[in-house]
Amino acid sequence: MAALTSVGETPLAGHGRRQGGMQAGRRRRLNLFRYLTFTLFGLFFLLPLLATLRFSLEGKKLGTWSGAAWGQIASYPGLLSAIEITLEVAVITCAVVLLLLVPTMIWIRLKVPGISRLFEFLCLLPLTIPAIVLVVGLAPIYNKIEHYTVSALALFWVYVILALPYAYRALAAGLGAIDVTTLSEAARSLGASWFTVMFRVIAPNMWQAILNALLLTSALVLGEFTIASILNYTNILQVTLFDISRSTTNAGVLFSTSLAALLFAFALLLILSYVGRRRRGRG
Amino acid sequence: MKSPQRFALAGLTALALLGAGCSSSGSPSSSGGTDWSTVTAASAGGGMAKLVAAAKKEGTLNVIALPPTWANYGNIIKAFTKKYGITVVSQNPTGSSQDEVNAVKSENGTSKAPDVLDVGMAVALVSTSLFAPYKVSTWNAIPATQKDPGGLWTQDYGGYMSVGYNSAKFGTITSMSQLLGPKFKNAVSLNGNPTAANAALNGVMMANLAAGGTADSIATGVDFFHKLKQAGNFVPVQATNATIKAGTTPIVINWDYLNTASVVGQGANWKVFVPSNAVLGGYYAQAVNKTAPHPAAARLWEEFLYAQGAGDGQNLWLQGGARPVEMTAMTSNSTLDKPAAAALPPVSGTPVFLSPKQATDAATYLAAHWAQAIK
Amino acid sequence: MAVAATTAAGARPSVRAGRRPSAAWVGTVPFLGYVGVFLLLPTAIVIWNAIRNPVAGGLELSNLKLLFDSAERSYFTGSLELSAGSSVIAAVLGAVLAYAVASGNPDGIVRRLYLSGSGVLAQFGGVTLAFAFLATIGPTSGVLFHAGWYYNFPWGIGLIYAYFQIPLMVLVFLPAIDGLKVQWREACENLGGSTWDYWRHVGAPLLAPAFLGATLLLFANALSAYATIQAWENQISYTVPQQIYIAISSEVGLASNAADVLALGMVVMVAIIMIGYFLLQRRAARWLR
Repeated sequence: MAALTSVGETPLAGHGRRQGGMQAGRRRRLNLFRYLTFTLFGLFFLLPLLATLRFSLEGKKLGTWSGAAWGQIASYPGLLSAIEITLEVAVITCAVVLLLLVPTMIWIRLKVPGISRLFEFLCLLPLTIPAIVLVVGLAPIYNKIEHYTVSALALFWVYVILALPYAYRALAAGLGAIDVTTLSEAARSLGASWFTVMFRVIAPNMWQAILNALLLTSALVLGEFTIASILNYTNILQVTLFDISRSTTNAGVLFSTSLAALLFAFALLLILSYVGRRRRGRG
Repeated sequence: MKSPQRFALAGLTALALLGAGCSSSGSPSSSGGTDWSTVTAASAGGGMAKLVAAAKKEGTLNVIALPPTWANYGNIIKAFTKKYGITVVSQNPTGSSQDEVNAVKSENGTSKAPDVLDVGMAVALVSTSLFAPYKVSTWNAIPATQKDPGGLWTQDYGGYMSVGYNSAKFGTITSMSQLLGPKFKNAVSLNGNPTAANAALNGVMMANLAAGGTADSIATGVDFFHKLKQAGNFVPVQATNATIKAGTTPIVINWDYLNTASVVGQGANWKVFVPSNAVLGGYYAQAVNKTAPHPAAARLWEEFLYAQGAGDGQNLWLQGGARPVEMTAMTSNSTLDKPAAAALPPVSGTPVFLSPKQATDAATYLAAHWAQAIK
Repeated sequence: MAVAATTAAGARPSVRAGRRPSAAWVGTVPFLGYVGVFLLLPTAIVIWNAIRNPVAGGLELSNLKLLFDSAERSYFTGSLELSAGSSVIAAVLGAVLAYAVASGNPDGIVRRLYLSGSGVLAQFGGVTLAFAFLATIGPTSGVLFHAGWYYNFPWGIGLIYAYFQIPLMVLVFLPAIDGLKVQWREACENLGGSTWDYWRHVGAPLLAPAFLGATLLLFANALSAYATIQAWENQISYTVPQQIYIAISSEVGLASNAADVLALGMVVMVAIIMIGYFLLQRRAARWLR
């Protein structure tokens, strides 16, 4: 993959220019293209974020500045508890996603490769069934669940489904990069149980993909609105933000919270990408 | 094989987590006393004192679709909790009347189901099978046309459709037809989608009446908004306090109690007017859930809302800019909060109230024509 | 070979080849059960509600007539317009961005920034995105003057959709570009081909299935999007998800199972798209593995 640096535009080949010169010219053109692209796209994506930042620093009167909105993340009634509960739901969802997907994917790859197509189909299905459709059919099921608990934590049951496509893609990429069959057969021949094979042999080799899946799942839970809102779970983050937007004059706290959530997720993903690099040598 | 066992373990863990985060299931039984879910009046259940005691024992009240800034509900909830010590759990504050009814159905049998509802008349009239009949102590102070004879629903507060606007930016506005003018570009917005929201439907109906239409057909109103859109004056963004402050929606067509300067979070520059040729009124209605998980608390809430004391529901609604249903009776017996009454937006002209048929016809017409007119 | 010698407590006796399938299926039961209850069952409930007769209790396919009302048809065409427009544009732009990212230093900061950013922004939709754009174009934002154009359908809203569609495209398409082996480029050059030749004869055909597949994914994603357009402008209903929500929560509306019927229409529409996506993915996988 490192060699991709040399891929790019090139002037017409074989016109009497030295190899080094061609590389340089091509690279220059490529770099120009890249800088232009990154600048344009960077502006497009940064602009609304900067506007959000500016509104999050808005004071009581238009045109004044105040950091109050950032402090309000902790003090606005109901917001902190909504953040806590949503994070808890995210943690539970991540755990269940892993427990559901990792063993199943390893199992399918090793034992029942024939249904891997069906499995992939089922995992990608939630991308196509809109949440608004799903929630219409979920109401009777959640009625049964609410007989046992009315806590918003019960949302994890459906959030796992929503996260399936993203987690699947991340985990499949990781699983595809390692030779599962050889590893498992080697481990089994040394006397390992299936539990050991899955959790102590294979999973550690795809931990980067697992972390990636966890982060994507968390980002999804933190950003989910439709299902929580229609199932009347008012203390989920996005629903709380929506309610605040309808009832307050100073919307600063909305912008500060959104930005904080985004920055948090971004920082996590960025750190993950660095931590992964050091492991590359293991091949 | 170990892995299926691992799955079982995971499943059990998940179930345990479910159980850990849980509260009690089903509806609490009133131990050894009255079954308040069938009580139709406080007196029949043994009097107010017994009701208060039973409600305190239940300890919780589930309400739904009550935004804190809607007709002073924020303060009403606080006052109720302060007076009786009952925790009020407020679900889905931005929900519509239909959302309330949906919640009653979909949460039926759980401890989360709404105990009481505050719904628009259209929804109330078709959902009576879900309500429990209950007549509050002040039943006789409510006009006969504003309550169900059996007590299934009772109107609670109302107002008139109005136009709120930023007078510093636009000067004084006195008629709807002015809004078609060029200086109102990207300025006018409704409270929601008229094919879905009661307030928005009435907004279009008010425009309809102001433009010369009748309550029987909303076509003129839809045409008015079509013209508004053509002129570039219509803003399809949901008007909220934040958008008003930011200037995105400087003119809002909404119920007058939602358009007062204090509710909207603006100062003296925010003015409200009700067109003199289009005084369109609307009342909302209270109802008790037949299968309420907290039946005594539900009934106590109703008593609180219809009580005429200084810190009780009727006056609190009045302070929120709405007209309480017992206003006439309270003026006679001098329990009305006079300063609050004086602060209501002035209204001249004969009020019009939509009949159920007129409301349904309007809804049908909108469903078929609104999207096209507004594109 | 050594599979028989397992120390797993309580394990079955050594699995013979003939019995393998039945034992192996057990491992997928938890997953299938979970998905069955929380994904397939709700969908089935919706479809069943759409076509049943609530009074008499049997099938009532005439319910589906609602889908062909001119008003309802306009929601479907609206959805298709918005989704097709936003996904095609986002696919092209996203592909360009993905190429820019892929052609850089694989360990460099730029790639990391853009990948992390894409991972985050692909989920950044709904309420918070609508607020961000309100902040950007409001009259007091000072960033862009109050552009009524953004409420325009479908291109104004399509631009807002692009905000999460482009990152999604980058996430989905980048592996395909990464899969282009540099040897193919070098081989092309050795044979005297120019950049244009490379892309025309090698790059584009290789990437086409993945590109089309990714576009279809974006399309399905846009079709399903609800929270963003609902939070952005809700006084007009353009798309089917919006109309489904109205059917559920309208306080003035009428039809009782309109939500389910519309939902059925959506499911069918999206199913067709996803079948196309799968067929394309198989083509792509064959070339790039």
